[in-house]
Formats: sequence, C-alpha cells, structure tokens
Amino acid sequence: MTDATHNTARSASITFGQFLPWLVSALFLLVMPLIFPSNAALTIMNQMAITIVFALAYNMLLGQGGMLSFGHAVYMGMGGFMAMHIMNWIEFHELPIPLPVLPLLAGLFALGLAMIIGSFSTRKAGTVFAMISLGVGELIAACSVIIVAFFGGEEGVSGDRTYGLPFFGIEFIRQIEVYYLTAAWLMISAVLMYLWSRTPLGRMANAVRDNPERAEFLGYSARWVRFYSFCASGFFAGIAGGLFAINYEIVTEENLNLAQSGMILLVTFLGGAGFFFGPIIGAILFTLLQTVLSLQTEIWQLYLGILFVATVMYFPGGLAGLLMMHTIPLRLGKLHLLFVPYLKMLGPALLCVAGFVGVFEIVFHIRNAAPGDTEMTLFWITFDSHDVLPLAVSIIAALAGFWLARRVVPELSAAWTAANTPDTERLI
Amino acid sequence: MNAPDAPALELAGLRKSFGKTEIIRGVDLTIARGERHAIIGPNGAGKSTLFNLITGRYVPTSGSVYLNGQDVSGLAPYKINRLGLSRSFQITNIFPRMTVFENVRCSLLWSKGYRYSFWHMVGRSRDLTEATDAILEQINLTARRDLPAGVLSYAEQRALEIGITMAGGANVIMLDEPTAGMSHSETEYIVNLIRDVTEGKTLVMVEHDMSVVFGLADRISVLVYGEIIATGTPEEVRADPRVQEAYLGAALEAEH
Ligand SMILES: Nc1ncnc2c1ncn2[C@@H]1O[C@H](COP(=O)(O)OP(=O)(O)OP(=O)(O)O)[C@@H](O)[C@H]1O
Ligand SMILES: [Mg+2]
Repeated sequence: MTDATHNTARSASITFGQFLPWLVSALFLLVMPLIFPSNAALTIMNQMAITIVFALAYNMLLGQGGMLSFGHAVYMGMGGFMAMHIMNWIEFHELPIPLPVLPLLAGLFALGLAMIIGSFSTRKAGTVFAMISLGVGELIAACSVIIVAFFGGEEGVSGDRTYGLPFFGIEFIRQIEVYYLTAAWLMISAVLMYLWSRTPLGRMANAVRDNPERAEFLGYSARWVRFYSFCASGFFAGIAGGLFAINYEIVTEENLNLAQSGMILLVTFLGGAGFFFGPIIGAILFTLLQTVLSLQTEIWQLYLGILFVATVMYFPGGLAGLLMMHTIPLRLGKLHLLFVPYLKMLGPALLCVAGFVGVFEIVFHIRNAAPGDTEMTLFWITFDSHDVLPLAVSIIAALAGFWLARRVVPELSAAWTAANTPDTERLI
Repeated sequence: MNAPDAPALELAGLRKSFGKTEIIRGVDLTIARGERHAIIGPNGAGKSTLFNLITGRYVPTSGSVYLNGQDVSGLAPYKINRLGLSRSFQITNIFPRMTVFENVRCSLLWSKGYRYSFWHMVGRSRDLTEATDAILEQINLTARRDLPAGVLSYAEQRALEIGITMAGGANVIMLDEPTAGMSHSETEYIVNLIRDVTEGKTLVMVEHDMSVVFGLADRISVLVYGEIIATGTPEEVRADPRVQEAYLGAALEAEH
C-alpha cells in the first residue's frame, strides 16, 4: 500500500494530515460563539474548555503514565487559589500583570507543588502512588480550612478580573473576551500536551507505564520518568485552575477536594484514557450533563453514574475506545454493514432508556416533591405522578425496549464480525 | 575508574541468598573484552540469578561485580545500563501495548543521547527512525512494525527481545536463553544475528542448546548449584571430567 511513503513523510516533517485536526479544532473554537452567542452558552463552553485542559493533564498521568491519582484536583485547585491571589494583588497593589498570563503563573505555582509532592509520590507506581495521592489530597483539603490566609476558609478567595493591565485594549469585562482567552489557553495547552507525548520523555512514559522494569534496563529510571510526567501534569492542571479563577472569580475548597479529584478521574475514564482525544470527549460530555441535563433533572448524577458504570463494564476503552473500534471496519470499507443494525438497535434502546428514566423520575417525584404536589412533566407530557398508569407505562416501555434490543443483538454481533473480517480475495 | 585494560566483567566472591537458601555460593569469574562467554548448567543452578546480580536487578548478599574495572555492585539497573551493559530476559520482557517500532525506538533513546528530553520530537529525528528501522530489518520484524508487541507470536517476541537488548549498542551484551522455544531455523537465524551484532563486543549468554554454545562461545563456564565448577574453552570444558559427571555428559547425551 502507501505505507512506505507514509512512513518517510512521518519521519521527515509534520504532514498536513497531522496538522489538520488542530486547524479544524482552532476554527471550531473560533466560530462556536457565532453559533451560540448567549452568555449562558459561553459559560458552558468555558467550563468545557477548563475541564478539557484538566482532563488532558490528568490523562498524562492515567493514560500515558499509568499513574492512578485520587488527588489531582489539588494541582488545579492550588493553581486556582494562586491565580485568585495574584488577581487580588493586581487589584490592590497595582501589579502590572495582564490577565492572560495568569494561567501561566497558576501553572508554574502548581508545577512547584507537583515537584515537591512528586519527589516522593512517584517513587513507586500502582497502589502506593494512588494511596499517596489520596493522602495528599485529603491533607491539602484539610489545610484549606486551617490556613485561612491562603485558602480563605469556607468562603474561599474571590476577586475581580478586570483590574489587570489591558491586553491589547481588552479588559475582560465581557464574557466573549473571557471565552477567547480560555479557548486560546485550551488550544495552547492541548497542543503542548500532545507534543509532549511525542517527545522522548513522553514515549518513555508509555514504556514505563507498560513495563517499568524493562525501561530501567534501557537506561531510564522509571521513577524519574514518572516524576517528570507528574510535574508536567501538575503544570497543566494548574493552568486549568488559572482559567477557572478567571472565569468564576472565586475559588474555594470545593475546587481541590477529593470529590473534584474523583470527578476528573471519571471524566477521563468515561472519555477513554487510551487515546489522546479521549479526555476531550469525556470533558465535553460531562460538562453537557452537568450543565444542560442538570437543568432538566435533579438526579442527573444518577444517570452519570449509570453511564460511567456501563462504560467501565462494557467499553473499558471509554467512548474514544468505542469510536476507535470502528477503524478496522472503516479501513476495510465495511462500515456500511453496521448502519442498519445500529439503526434497528436505536429504537429499542431509546425506548428502554426512556422507560427507565420514567421510572426513576416518577419514583423521585413521589418521594421528593412537596406534599400535595403530584403534578409532574416528563418528555413534554404532564401527568399525576401518583397515578399508576404512567409508572406502569414506563416499566412496560423499559422492559419492552430491553427485550426488543436483546433481539437485535445477534444481528448486530453478526454484522460486527462481518465488518471486521477482511475479504479473503483481498488478502491474496 | 574505567581502566582501559580492565576486563569487561569481573565477579569476585559473589553470593546471593533468598531467605536462608543461598542460591549463588561464591562465584569468581573474569570475562575479557571481546570475549563470547557462555554460562551453562542444569535447571535451577542459578544462571538467571547470576545475570540478575550482574545487571542490578538483585543486590548481591556479598561480593562484587566490576564492569570495565568499575564496581557496579548494588547499582540500579539503569545506571549499569548507562555504563554500557544491556541484557535480555529468559521470560520475554517487552512493552506489550506499544508497537514493535516503538519498542525498539525506546531502547535507542538513551544511547542516542535523548535522555529525559521533552524538547525533541521523536518523530522528527530521521536518524532515530532509520536506526530503528535498521534494527527491525535485522530482527526480521519489519512486516510487524506497526503492530502492538503484545500480539506477536512467541518467536517474534523473542526476536524483539533480542532487538531491544542490542539496540542501544552496549559493549557488554548479556542474553538469557535467547533461543529458548525457537524452531531450528529460527535458532539458526538468531545465532547468526547474535554473532554479527556482537562482533567486537563482549557477549555473555545462558544457553541450553549445546550446538549454539559450542558454535558461538570462545569460553564456557559451568554453573552447578550456585558455583562455577569449570571455566575454559569449549574443548577444555568438554573434556573436564567434573563437568562430564555433573552436567555435560547428561546434556550431551540428551542432545543426541
Ligand atoms: N527472587 C527469588 N526469590 C527466591 N528464590 C529465587 C528467586 N529467584 C530465583 N530463586 C531460586 O533460585 C534458584 C535458581 O534460579 P535461577 O532462575 O537462577 O536458575 P537458572 O539456572 O536460571 O534455571 P533455568 O535453567 O531453569 O532458567 C531456583 O531454585 C529459584 O527458585
Ligand atoms: Mg534461568
């Protein structure tokens, strides 16, 4: 095939194909505010961008370095606190710092902290590393109520971003200005993190993840490889923290506690730790659930939990892994074989999900609505939640959907096998 | 420190115990530069343990290991590797989730001077890519270049294991049963490869296949029950009555 030319091109210089996804992403970030110009939409997109940076940083540990951290929010949170303090110094001591460099300073602060913590936590991988990360996370969260001067106690630290040196005349009063600042940092961070994975150190992070012992017999100290990855990850997490500070102008203990650390693990795993773009998918989906779905239902976290458990159980590669499973059918030119079975699956699956949602929401309404309030609206239908009929319909829909979906499974798996099998004539 | 006329490897009074059991029971051995040295002995004699002591995987209970005259006993494996010693493993030890190409490239990085660099792009170094592809060609794995190493066949993984070991261009190469489990033709190919790439280098290898040993080794040591009972040229060792009695007689008979 074209393999030989492809290889030489790859080794010689950056090809257009490698550059294209970045170009598309940049254009996408540029035009998004034109499509969704409302302040609410901008806020959601900023939140997404921050979560993407944080998740990509986290995946430098989890996916690329094989280090499972339960306390990575510490670096984002500490970066955020530092950014808030600098923001306040700018306001009260007239420090001549433009706002756009704040994330960099936050990143450097987090880097310093990561160097200190990493110097002992990266000595061992596996459970030891995970437990130290948990302990440090707990420790810093506890500090936040003790060291009030830095963490601001329960109220956290708040400030006003508009006192920075005007940056080419921009004072970051309007949300759209903050959006482009956040998007620019997202682009810079994502490109740098991607490039990092192509460096000798980034490659060795994979090697140490796979087989730390063998790496040591190739001249690399597994511990130092982990340490450098850890520091880089802390740096980018700090940048995310800086962006958070700029967007919300307040940082509290909630930004660095264990719940936040658990959230980023969930986001990264959901998106898929095995691929660079996995955490991006995870962060986008999570932010949508967190912002859009949470407006629709109070029990959105239940759905998130179910989605997470289902992903871990059935698609351990995450959503990115699920997508990438389709590269073989695509390369064989057999993707079309899957369209019909997927469509046939869609109806029953939606019915099943809608049924379960109905059950959950009705039960939740019965248990949690104010006494006497029995009226609820679901899927644009208003009904009495204490009636038997809606609950019965939901249960039937859930079971029927499940049953119908099960009946499509054989066809689906046959199509999957066919789509992944090369034509024998072609092989010869 | 790095005496130019020092032997490549020198073991002095080397001992290793696991708990109460002493596995290596006082080994003295000198291996000259450029020598191809084979270590033979029955199963469980301690050959792999001896390798692990030399290469830093285990710390000796007592005694010393000198590499090019420098005391390396108890140093971490990566430090010993940087001093120019590379080893393979009896049980295949590769990076299963990375591609075959990446496996070999990673084993080149340190020796090519990249160290902990995060300011070079590995894909942009033509030299690195060419060196990696040359090794893949040598170990006959070019066709498998972009597959994850974990999906290779056993023999292919063994070849990769050897490729990873020799990629860095170390001056002392230690191979633990490089041909174990290979077919006759694969063995022949690998032996020729080993002979080529260790030209002018020091080779220490553990090997059960006597035709490989006698075909490749300048000198042979016989390790039995944690002690070296004989060292010498293949002819001397073959003729040694103690070796005949303890090991070789049986092994040679098994060969035929
Ligand atoms: N880490 C360890 N802890 C305890 N015992 C060990 C350890 N490593 C090796 N041994 C013991 O040391 C003895 C020698 O093992 P070793 O693997 O060195 O033998 P070998 O000569 O390489 O044998 P083979 O030809 O089967 O590879 C064995 O009895 C083994 O059980
Ligand atoms: Mg052995």
